[in-house]
Amino acid sequence: MLSIKNLCVSIEGKEILTGINLEVRPGEVHAIMGPNGSGKSTLANVLAGREGYEITSGEITFEGEDLFELSPEERARKGIFLSFQYPVEIPGVPMVTFLKTSVNEHRKFKGEKPLTAGEFLKLMREKKQMVEMDTELTNRSVNEGFSGGEKKKNEIFQMALLEPRLSILDETDSGLDIDALKIVANGVNALKSPGRSTIVITHYQRLLDYIIPDHVHVLYKGKIVKSAGRELALELEEKGYEWIKQENGN
Amino acid sequence: MMNAITDAADLSLMYLARYREAADRWMKETPPVLHRNRETAIREFLRQGIPSKKNENYKYSPLQPYFSWEYDFQHSRNHVDFQLNEVFQCDIPQLDTVLMLVMNGWFHSLNSERYELPPGVIAGSLEEIAAAHPGLVEPWYGSLAEPAEDPLVALNSAFARDGFFIYVPRGVRVEKPIQVINLQEAEHDTFVTQRNLVIVDPGAEVNLIICDHTLNANRYMVNDVTEIFVGKNARVDVCSVQNQHNRAASVHSVFFRQERDSRITSHAVTLHGGMVRNNLKALLNGENCEANLYGMAFIDRKQHVDNSLQVIHAFPNCQSNQHYKNVLDDESSGAFSGRIHVLRDAQKTNAYQRNNSLLLTDKALMQTKPQLIIEADDVKCSHGATVGQIDEDALFYLRSRGIEESRARLMLMNAFSYEVVQQIAADPLRDRISELVDKRLRGDVARCHECAYRCDC
Repeated sequence: MLSIKNLCVSIEGKEILTGINLEVRPGEVHAIMGPNGSGKSTLANVLAGREGYEITSGEITFEGEDLFELSPEERARKGIFLSFQYPVEIPGVPMVTFLKTSVNEHRKFKGEKPLTAGEFLKLMREKKQMVEMDTELTNRSVNEGFSGGEKKKNEIFQMALLEPRLSILDETDSGLDIDALKIVANGVNALKSPGRSTIVITHYQRLLDYIIPDHVHVLYKGKIVKSAGRELALELEEKGYEWIKQENGN
Repeated sequence: MMNAITDAADLSLMYLARYREAADRWMKETPPVLHRNRETAIREFLRQGIPSKKNENYKYSPLQPYFSWEYDFQHSRNHVDFQLNEVFQCDIPQLDTVLMLVMNGWFHSLNSERYELPPGVIAGSLEEIAAAHPGLVEPWYGSLAEPAEDPLVALNSAFARDGFFIYVPRGVRVEKPIQVINLQEAEHDTFVTQRNLVIVDPGAEVNLIICDHTLNANRYMVNDVTEIFVGKNARVDVCSVQNQHNRAASVHSVFFRQERDSRITSHAVTLHGGMVRNNLKALLNGENCEANLYGMAFIDRKQHVDNSLQVIHAFPNCQSNQHYKNVLDDESSGAFSGRIHVLRDAQKTNAYQRNNSLLLTDKALMQTKPQLIIEADDVKCSHGATVGQIDEDALFYLRSRGIEESRARLMLMNAFSYEVVQQIAADPLRDRISELVDKRLRGDVARCHECAYRCDC
């Protein structure tokens, strides 16, 4: 589904990713862990198509297609979803308008008829229950005045509405209390299917108690320095990142 | 074309000549109240001259280029041989208004006459009403618009013939908004002078919607002055929708005087226009007044919009809010200057001012100048100005959800103006303005009505 080969990325001349290789097959859950500043969010942003990153070498294909040829909106419509680490507040853009536009752009891409207002509200009600999203929140502007936890829930809510092929959760667990964490994880698990894949980017293993990864990778200084099964997350939790740093000559 | 005339003094003298050629006739034709200050006014105009960059009040909007064309002046009322309904139809059925027409500065009674207005309300041509009821006009006319303070006000006072007049007697609430359509349509390039007067007695209430529109591609220079007197505990809402073509230049000067416990709300919505200068001066002349002054401008190409406000707090316990937003595309330019003047006795004043501008290109330019003059010691005043670009994080967020970039930009521009649009109290009007703003931002020519003349300039 997703294939990253020798990806090197710089920001303003500074190398952030120094040769990433990663294969994500349908149905798999990958966790990418690593200390702060290792390049986790850069990888997420590059996958979603954010500007400001210089791809110095390497390639990424998604379902066989060169990702760099696609705009962020095209990537989204083809099924890539980024759950933001810091979802932005957009006063003046009502949630409902935003969500409906987004859902209908996806439908248009698939050659489906746009949802009517009634159909959309029905869909929204259904998905809202899934993440226990308060109706009061969907009556606001996008993320406006949302608490940290509400913003993260809103990301998962959008994910539930759009049903992406590949979800990238960028530090979705940061700033969540345990109840919110469970709701978010339940939302992610509810969407799990043989055709859908997830990349969970996280600093802590906590979230991985709820979203069980098939593969765990450790990102350090812009490279994946270790890959293993779920047990690696537990080992990291126990030993911390110092161990990785020492192994990789710091 | 008078491009050769570049000297400011020569230009002023040209306008003096146009004044002299009409003055005798005005002496005979116009009611004395309109005539009494003409000589003083033209002298004031000559003393101050046509504003250049050196004039502090007009330094971002020098007017000499717009004055240097050879314009026709309509010194008398022309017969209008069309039905208003044939030229345009208001495409907002929900917006049920009392419609009035002013053409090239002259008020025209519509054939469909008999306005649906409550008893006692007088609305019509300033010139006709000044002749028929001089007592209604004399105490007010010219008492706010001071020729010595602004050359354009001076020029207007010298040339004033007609415009709209509205009087709302004590305690009367005019339910339907009064919608004044200001049309410019002449055979040649034309200089338009329009003078309006609105008197709202204590406890009365009125809503005005003023639409400016050009009906053909000729060049127009519009110089209008509106004096609005707001009695004790009265409410006045004015929404001005400015939609003229790129060859039109307008200077609108609006003066409010508020008595105690009164409230005004003003919206200036500039959708299109070559050069638009909005002067607004509000005098809060009694305790517990509230003045809400909002504006938004959406301009592109080489258009220019300049909002210049003065709010004068003369009495204690009053509140004023200024909030102006601009979206500037291409090489357009904008200016905002907002003065809050709190006089010594105006304790417990709350006065706020905000000006936010969104620049869509590197070539768009915005100048913003807050001015606070505070002579009282127990006041709350604040001002804030921002000039920025589309929020790239918000843009990426929308795009990452599959929304086309152009559409995402549009959503963000609408969102930017939303804060001011939502301040429009009346639902149908707010929805209508919101729709017009959306159309404008999409790049469609936003007509505030279906114009039969499809001039696309």
